[in-house]
Formats: sequence, C-alpha cells, structure tokens
Amino acid sequence: MTLALRAARPAARPWTWVWLALGVVTAALMAFATPDSPWLAYPKAWELPLRLWVSDAMKWLVNRFDLGPFTFKELTRGLAWLLDWPLAAARGLLVDGFSFSSDPKAPALLPSLSWLGVTALIAALAWRVAGGRLAAVVGACFVYIAVFGWWPSAMVTLASTAIAVAFGIAGGLALGILGYRRRWFARAMMPVLDLMQTVPVFAYLVPVLFLFGFGSVAAMIATIIYAMPPMVRVTMLALEQVAHETVEFGHMAGCSRRQMTWKVLVPSASAGLMVGVNQVIMLSLNMVIIASMIGAGGLGFDVLDSLKRLDVGKGLEAGIAITLLAIALDRLSQAVALRAPPTHGADPERRRWLIVALAMVVVPTALGGAVPALAAYPEDWTLTTGRLLAQAVEWINVHFFETLEAVKTALIASVLAPIKGILGALPWPAVVAAAALGGYRLGGARLAALAAALVAFIAVTGNWEKAAITVYLVGVSVIVAGAIGLPIGIWAADRPRANRVIQAIIDTLQTLPSFVYLIPVVMLFRVGEFSAIIAVIAFAVAPAIRYVVLGLGQVPPSLIEAARATGCSRGQILRKVRLPLAFPEIMLGLNQTVMMALSMVVITALVGTRDLGQEVYIALAKADTGRGLVSGVCVAFIAIVVDRLVGAWAARRKRELGLGA
Amino acid sequence: MVDKAVNGTGANAGAHGALALRNVWKLYGPGAEQALRPGSAQPAAADLAAKGIITAVRDVSLDVHAGEIFIIMGLSGSGKSTLVRCMTRLIEPTAGQVLFHGQDLLHISERELIEIRRHKMGMVFQHFALLPHLTVLDNVAFPLEIQGMARAKRYEHARRVIELVGLAGRESYFPRELSGGQQQRVGIARSLAVEPEVWFLDEPFSALDPLIRREMQDEFLRLQNMLKKTIVFITHDFDEAIRLADRIAIMKDGVIIQIGTPEDLVTRPADGYVAEFTRDVPRAKVLSVRSIMEPVDGPLIAENQVAAAAKVQDIADEVMRRGTAVAVVDAAGATIGLLTKDAVLAALLGRETRR
Repeated sequence: MTLALRAARPAARPWTWVWLALGVVTAALMAFATPDSPWLAYPKAWELPLRLWVSDAMKWLVNRFDLGPFTFKELTRGLAWLLDWPLAAARGLLVDGFSFSSDPKAPALLPSLSWLGVTALIAALAWRVAGGRLAAVVGACFVYIAVFGWWPSAMVTLASTAIAVAFGIAGGLALGILGYRRRWFARAMMPVLDLMQTVPVFAYLVPVLFLFGFGSVAAMIATIIYAMPPMVRVTMLALEQVAHETVEFGHMAGCSRRQMTWKVLVPSASAGLMVGVNQVIMLSLNMVIIASMIGAGGLGFDVLDSLKRLDVGKGLEAGIAITLLAIALDRLSQAVALRAPPTHGADPERRRWLIVALAMVVVPTALGGAVPALAAYPEDWTLTTGRLLAQAVEWINVHFFETLEAVKTALIASVLAPIKGILGALPWPAVVAAAALGGYRLGGARLAALAAALVAFIAVTGNWEKAAITVYLVGVSVIVAGAIGLPIGIWAADRPRANRVIQAIIDTLQTLPSFVYLIPVVMLFRVGEFSAIIAVIAFAVAPAIRYVVLGLGQVPPSLIEAARATGCSRGQILRKVRLPLAFPEIMLGLNQTVMMALSMVVITALVGTRDLGQEVYIALAKADTGRGLVSGVCVAFIAIVVDRLVGAWAARRKRELGLGA
Repeated sequence: MVDKAVNGTGANAGAHGALALRNVWKLYGPGAEQALRPGSAQPAAADLAAKGIITAVRDVSLDVHAGEIFIIMGLSGSGKSTLVRCMTRLIEPTAGQVLFHGQDLLHISERELIEIRRHKMGMVFQHFALLPHLTVLDNVAFPLEIQGMARAKRYEHARRVIELVGLAGRESYFPRELSGGQQQRVGIARSLAVEPEVWFLDEPFSALDPLIRREMQDEFLRLQNMLKKTIVFITHDFDEAIRLADRIAIMKDGVIIQIGTPEDLVTRPADGYVAEFTRDVPRAKVLSVRSIMEPVDGPLIAENQVAAAAKVQDIADEVMRRGTAVAVVDAAGATIGLLTKDAVLAALLGRETRR
C-alpha cells in the first residue's frame, strides 16, 4: 500500500505547478478586473438565448405541431383524459364515493370506503406479509391520520399516489424490458435517465404545467415522470441478473418472446423488481408536496398552504401525516419485497384470507350508512396539536429569538458572506479551466472535455451568478454535513448496537419527503439563505453518516488485524489504516451527499434563495418553459460534473490501493 | 474389428444419425464472420488469435446415433458447452451445418425452431435452472404449458414424470425446499415431460456432492434403459464419461481430438492428451473380451465360452475360477478366439495388453 502511494507521488509533482499557475492566473484576472471585464461576469452580449428558443419550440409544439390525424394539443388532451379515468376511480373509492352522474354536486350513490375499513385492511395486509409488529406500526400511522383529522386529504394523496405508482411501475417495467431486449435502446436511454434523475423536480413541473394545465392529472404526470427512472434502471438490472441458464432453459422450452418475458424473466427477477417498486412508491410520496404546486391537492396542498400562511402548527401536523403515510407504505412495500418465498402447503389459506380481508373493508363501509362514525371519522373526535405546536414555536421565538438571530447574523457576516463573495468573484474562464484540468487529470481528455463543456454551458446560457450561489449553498451545506456525519459515522462504525439505532433513524429520515425538512427550519429561522442552508444540512447529514459507516465497514478485516498485530493503537489503526482505505468509498458517499444537497437546495427556493432553484421556481410561477428547463439543466450539469469528477477520482484511488475494481 | 462404429465422421453415419454436425465453427471477436468466408482456406488458430478472434469451436463434425449416450468430454474452456449450445442453436454457430433428421437447424425459421424445441428437444442444466416461483409440479409442467397444453392434461403428464424420477409426494414443494439432487431430479423430469427425441444434459451432476452424483448416474442409466433416448451428455469428469457413455468425444481447445467407445479411447488413444486421461482407468471395466483374446481361425475345442462383446470385468470371476482358457464367440455364435487366464489377469492388473 505504501509502495503504491510512493509510486504515485513523483508523477504528481509537475501537476502541482500546473495548478499553481492556474491559481496565479486566476488571482491576476481578479486583480486586474474592472467591473465590465468580460472574464469576470459573462458578458450579456455573448449569451445564447437558449431559454427563448426552448420556449418558442414548446409554443410551436403546442400551437402548431400537427401529427397528421390529430394535433399535439389533442394528443396531450387525450393523454390527460385517459389518465383521468383511473384517478377518478381511485378518488371515488377512497374519497368522494360514486355518484354515477355528470353533475359534480350529485350525492354519492355508492359511498367511499370507510376509514376504519381501509385502516383495518392495510393493517391486515401488513400482518399477513410481516406479522404483528408491522401491522401495529402501519395501523398506528393510519389511525394518527384519522385522529388528527387529515383523513380526507390523506386519501386524496393516497389515491393519486396509488395511480401514479401503478403507471410508474408499468411504464418503468415496459421501458426496462425494451432496454433489456434492445441494446441500442438501453444505450440511448441511459443519458436521459441520468439527466432525469439530476434535473431538479421543479424543472419538470414547468413543461408539464405548460402541456397539461393546472390540475391533479398534470400533478400525477409530473409524479410519474419523476418516479419512473429508477424502475427502468432496476428492471434492466434485475432482468440482466436472471441466471443465464434460466434464460437458456426458456429458449429450450420453446418460449415465444412474450412467454419468455412474462413466464420466465419477470417472475425470476421479481425480488429485484420489488426494490424498484419500493423506490417508485417513495419517490411518488416525495413528490406529494411539490406536485401540489401544480394542483395535486391533498396533504401536499395542506402543507404548502400552511407554509405560505406561516401557520406552523398546521403545516407541521400535515407534514407529519405525509411522513407517516410514507413510512407506512415504505415499510409495507419493503416487507413485501423481503417476504420469505412461498413454501408448500401455504396456499390453501389464501382464499380464506382474501375473503376475510374483503369483509374487513366492505362491512364497515356498508354499515357506514347507518353509523356515520364508520363512514367518516367524526370531527368531534379529532385532536389537534396544531395550536400547541404553534405555541411552542412562539415560545421558542419569544425566548430565544435574540440568541438565534445573533448566531445567524454572526455566522452570515463572518463565514457565509465571505465564502459567497469569493465564489461569486471567481472569473468564469478560470473555473472552466479548472474543471477541464481536473477532468484531464482524473479521467483523461474525454472527461476534461465533458467537464469544461458542461461548466461553459452554464456561463453561455447566462446562469453564471445564480449557479455560483447554488454552488455556494451546496458547498457550505455539504462541508457542514460532512463535518457532522464523519465523527458520528466513525463512532457508530465500531458499535453495532448504536449503529443499528442510527441506521434506523437514518432510514426514517430518508423516508421523509424533502419538503418536510423546511417546516421546522422556517419556524425557527424565518426565510432566507441561512434557513436554506440549515434545511439542506439536515437533509444531507443522513447519507453522509451512512456512507462513512459503509466505507469503514468495507476495509478488509485482515488489514486491521495486521495493524493490530504490528502494535497499532486504536487511534493509529483508525488514522493510518482504516480512514485512508475507506476514503475512496467515503468520497463516493460525499458524492451522494452532494446530489441530495443539490436536489434539496432547489426546493429551498421556497424560503427565498437567489440561486438556480429560484430561477426554476419563478419560471414555474410564470409558466416560462425555457427559463425553467435551462436553469434546471444547469443544476443537473453541476451535479453531473461533480459526480463524474469524484467518481473518477475514487475509481483511481481504489485502483492505487488495490481495492478491487 | 469392433462391432460399433468407431468414428462418427464416416460417410455412412448420416443413415442412422439423429443429430449430426458438419464443419461447425464458433468464433468470437471482431470480424469473426469474415474470417470464415466460404471458399477460403481454413484459418490457423494462431492467425485468428493474432486478429483478436477467440476460437471456441473449430471445424467439428460428428454424428449422434439414435438411442445412444454420446458424451462430450473436455476440461473447462475446451468449448464443450459452446458446442452443445450450437447443437440446440442457443448459440448461433459462425459456420457449418447442424443436421437434425437431415434438416439444417441453422436455416429454419424462428417458428420452426420453437416447434422443434417444444416437442423434440429436452435439456438439463448444470445449475438446474428451475423457476423459483413455481412448485415442482408447475416446473415440470412448464414446457407443456408453453406448448399450450390444457392444465388438467399437463398436470397428469407431469405427475407421471415426477413419479418416474422418484419425486412422488413432493409435487407441491418449491425448488428451494429441495436438496441439490432432488432439484436436479426435477430438472430431469422437466426435460423429459415433453417426451423429447434428443436429450441434452449439460454437466447435469457437476454441481452435486460425489455420493449424490453417483446415485444420480445410476438413476440416469435406469431411465435411459427404459426410455432409450438419443442423448448428448456434457461432462468434464472422465470417470463419469467412462461409466455412462456409449461413445465419447474428447474435446480440447475447441477441437474434437477423438471420438470412440470408452474401450477405443483406452486401447487406442489418439494422442498423449487422451492417453493421459485414460491412464488411470481400470482396464477390466472398459475392455471387452474381444480386445484381449487370442484370435483363432479354425474351430476350437473348449469347455466354456464367453461373448466377445462382454466386458472383462464381468467374466473375470468365472474365467479365474475355472483356471483354463475359454472360447470366445461372436454374436452369431461362431468361435473367433481364445481367452486365457493370463490375459484376464493382465487386464485386471491394468498392464498394457498385447493385441
């Protein structure tokens, strides 16, 4: 290991001079700059009006584009109409009941499902899949929702989530199968998937809003687009991992293509596919609040509305309701994925179970006509902690406002503002050069070209200043999150019991929709960049801890043993063996943390930042497709540059350390 | 000299060959197709390797006769798995012909191929390749389901085959509830469910423990005695090949070095490589009386007689007990030679036999 380190060093020498030269040039550029030097701020005259072109293209698409038998507009209308059917059916089942009449005010002839019935069914399902403990957890989540009066909203959310999940799974499966069968399709899809997972969610909302209008269908479409990519990836991966012999057997049995897919491949890959299903569910729930910006309604709307009115108590309560819904569905779907495979003789119970489960829903629903308390949870029984929470926040603010404010001001003045100043003042050509140099050094000419091109794109499209703020927000947040995560991770890595507790907490934190993090932060720190940073840190700490633990866990035990045999103290083992070896893995974790932070920083536009996220948010308000998409792509490009550079670095470092591929 | 055809590549072999390969090649790598343009000379292995082309199967011709157990034996990387997949077109050969009842499988449509696979071929895999979500019954009935057979009928068929392989009572089990040997019994039952003409077994017992392996080999011989299928059997285990084969093809680096009965391989190895394999084979097990007898022309007076085709191991006891030479008769009953006690002893001790 030391040998490898030493061998790497001499080659690094000349590069030190290159970097130094770049530093000197940058400093010179900054020193000799006048306010209108073209290298300091990217000149307006050189900007590419890409956003206008995109907007014009969208307008042309919607107003002029004719597909022959129908226009593009009719196509989107038709699609919306098609999607509206299952959504209306799900809402009827869970919320509105069925009136069988075109008049929206007509009374429901068939009632919606009883709250008690739905709760009982879902708990019974949990019981069957994973036993009593999960049933208790899931049941408690649903009871909370009913008791605190969020049932109707939650069912609106559940209805649209269920339909979005169904479409997301079906679509992801279809695209994944196509990608598995046709290599060229998979290759063409990969960069699109990469982009879709790095472009901030807000950015999709703009074109969806533009094409489908404001409403629950548009919200659902945005949710499907957001939640589908992992399903596509997981499907391709899971199908590829089906044993080669199993595929050969399918051929030898004389399977047609369809039989091969549905009778051999998909069932054999089902365990892997369930991982994708779980992801689709989680991402759909993550979208709930954001989708309510374009008309999703339900709990998301409640959170957004209370946040706008600064009704902290109510917002927090609705946020908790979303969180509980997410936890319940996450645990349930994970349990289904991890369920013990069937054994012989388990089958006969199945029919009886189905009948009992059906009765659990139907009986309370049917009795609902006679006993109103079964149909809808009585309002008199609802509890609210909203006022209590609001009072608690008020109390904190009254008593600690000065302190909090002082801490905030001091931090902004002495730490944040200077960093922001330096980042904002960096000449853009120097940054492009640095990206290219870093790329060349880590991954050769191709990576250099990619990194330089993506960074240049941000300048050329006129988003340089906003991007600098985004980088600053993310950078500060990630450094702080890392500084918190590293010691906790190191501490937890050696303590299995503590680690289990911490992992459970992290799991729960990661099921929270990102939006929920904003609520307490706004309560304590009001709006502004500082609040944004705090929210991003809170969001990004979980992956930081997780990857530190993971990285340390992957250090080969034989090396630790060898170090111990050499007489290293625990501190020495940590500093000289474990951390250096785990470092590449930890950096990859940091990479994930950066990705999470980037996705969060865009959402913090709501609390008043001035970065790229704000651009997208403004575009959403103005339905300005070009502005939204271009800014969104800029965020994605930042993510891609970081991802590729860190990835290349970690891969090289691992090679040097001889840690596998 | 030997009553079975020694070499499968003979011109007359097509007459009773259920399955035949003619000059089959499989090359991997860039420009593999161009390397074998028809009419051009056969490329040397070294030339191909220099172009970055890997030769998995090189100019293989062979005939598998109806009702025989034809074993392809080779070490890992010898190309035997590729070859059997060329026979079933799971892998598309780069050049050559795969004749199934005289029809070239490489020139039939996808639909025809599917029909042949559905009704005339069965295959057993090294790692069983059972479908984890189906019960034993459904796994065995799966190929019938694919054919479109009605549920009641295919279950009836499947039950019969399950009983045949000795798994009656386990119909409702899932594969992971069975031991390795039992899982492979399911694989065997599944491949037999469609009553195939040709039965391919790709290292069927390699993943099993030695004791179970032996038990499964016996089971396999029992089944073949009842069913008389045409069998292509792949193995890397020479002992297994000797035990089961009617004929063995020895493969190395994509080339078939020798095809013959176990006795041929032992008595007349084509080269040092084959001889190396056969060195430790108990001679008495594979040698027939014919190969160690003293040939005689005229009639012979001897009290006892043995069949020329009998294996030395099977008649050794009797010859040793009597202590005198015995007459050797061929299938027609004519005396063709004399078997001495010394010759039997030599075979039993594994000494080189004189011919």
